[in-house]
Amino acid sequence: MLSLPIYIVASVIKIALVILILLTAVAYTVWLERKVVGHMQNRWGPTRVGPFGLLQPLADGIKFLVKEDLTPPHVYRPLFIAAPMIAVVCALTSISVIPFGNAITIFGYSIPLQITDVNTGLLVVLGVTSVGVYGVALAGWSSNNKYSLLGGLRASAQMISYEICLGLSLVGVLIVSGSFSLREIVEAQSGHFWGFLPKWNILYGGQFVAFFVYLMAAYAETNRIPFDLPEAETELVAGYHTEYSAMKFAMFFMAEYANMITVACLATLLFLGGWGGPVFGPPLLQSLLPVFWFVAKVFVFLFIYIWVRGTLPRFRYDQLMAFGWKFLFPLAIANLVLTALIVAYKSSM
Amino acid sequence: MLHLVLFLVFGAICVAGAINLLMQSHPISSALSLVVVMASLAVEYLLLGAEFVAAVQVIVYAGAVMVLFIFVIMLLNAGEEERTKGSHVALILGIPGVLAGGLLIAWTLLQRSNTGSVPLGALPGSPKTIGNLLFHDFLLPFEVTSVLVLIAIMGAVVLAQRAETPNLPPRKET
Repeated sequence: MLSLPIYIVASVIKIALVILILLTAVAYTVWLERKVVGHMQNRWGPTRVGPFGLLQPLADGIKFLVKEDLTPPHVYRPLFIAAPMIAVVCALTSISVIPFGNAITIFGYSIPLQITDVNTGLLVVLGVTSVGVYGVALAGWSSNNKYSLLGGLRASAQMISYEICLGLSLVGVLIVSGSFSLREIVEAQSGHFWGFLPKWNILYGGQFVAFFVYLMAAYAETNRIPFDLPEAETELVAGYHTEYSAMKFAMFFMAEYANMITVACLATLLFLGGWGGPVFGPPLLQSLLPVFWFVAKVFVFLFIYIWVRGTLPRFRYDQLMAFGWKFLFPLAIANLVLTALIVAYKSSM
Repeated sequence: MLHLVLFLVFGAICVAGAINLLMQSHPISSALSLVVVMASLAVEYLLLGAEFVAAVQVIVYAGAVMVLFIFVIMLLNAGEEERTKGSHVALILGIPGVLAGGLLIAWTLLQRSNTGSVPLGALPGSPKTIGNLLFHDFLLPFEVTSVLVLIAIMGAVVLAQRAETPNLPPRKET
């Protein structure tokens, strides 16, 4: 048990570190995306700023900061200013309950690699991301622009529809592991099936179906291709953020990529065994390897995100709704019933 | 101590949000005030120790129900409300009515001393307790409620269905 001053100092350091790492990760996910999509489309992507264009995110950041911040005269100012803040605050808050690894020991104090361990951690993430819809919806409305309004409407309808599938796909995992705490869910996945296959939730019963539903719903929740209708460039200029410039636009951009990273972390924790993986070597390596496995799994998930973006065209709006309600939703319910039956059968044996 | 201070602060925010909801003349501002009310109610549940109820409050009310409210307001592009003669009547009759109702509720609660009280942070609100209550002790009321919701959904579908127009060719599903 830590004493109060040390607890506060440790928490502040952890919060600062996590936000720093998250924002760096956001910047370099953008770089990765431009680079990977570039190579997939047979071009180079950013190359000029630094080796392999590695300093490009930095240059972009400076550009966002020094550009003129335009506010069109016809907008509803209070909400126009508040909307990007809501989006970015919700995106950054949801990372606070994500654990990155086991507890590490520094100067004799055992410190968990997580800002706060709430025993309903998963619900906190879902709650905070569901509030994030307001950022997009209000941005669309307060811009007082038809394209923005259409983008905002599409975003709120799409996010509510796919939130249900997202939630239902996670219930199967919750039934299997019997806890809302992300840490306990990961710990329930340690060990192996038949001695060699890692005991990840994705390999348990029908959970790969749940993983598929989660993947689709997560793409839709984060407004990514093939579900990027709220900002469809070819029809809506830029959708809900048409009227935004400079740092306010950058906030939406940051929120989108931070949400992507949160979704990837959640997928890793719930389906891919979190920080579980082979651990060996000297004590220092042993304490760092779990974090490495965690980051590697998140990276793979993000790479698939980008890969899908470079491959698929955009859905039409009616296809989007039909896909969500008539295909994903029944699939998620079927998986839920099946998982419940399997778990009940196993516990009755 | 900290719990009590936070409880009172968020209680005050909740009431202020509710009053602002009535005072604002623009539907979007009113709806956003209602979001504030919902969110501060969630914090109150959290402080009482009901984490699960707090999370569900945010996910369902702030995250889904109120988003739909705002969606509809945006879709209809509802403008500012205008004061009519009826609003004066509502003002004159409404405020004494609310006061009388509040006093009645408070008086009834104070008369019945056996209602009991819960110390802060001690409400049995873990997911397991709630699950047991819902799916064991109150199974029948729970299932009846779900049927009620189903009926409401079917009613909405029937009401929303457009009359068939025989002249137009049926839309092609692709």
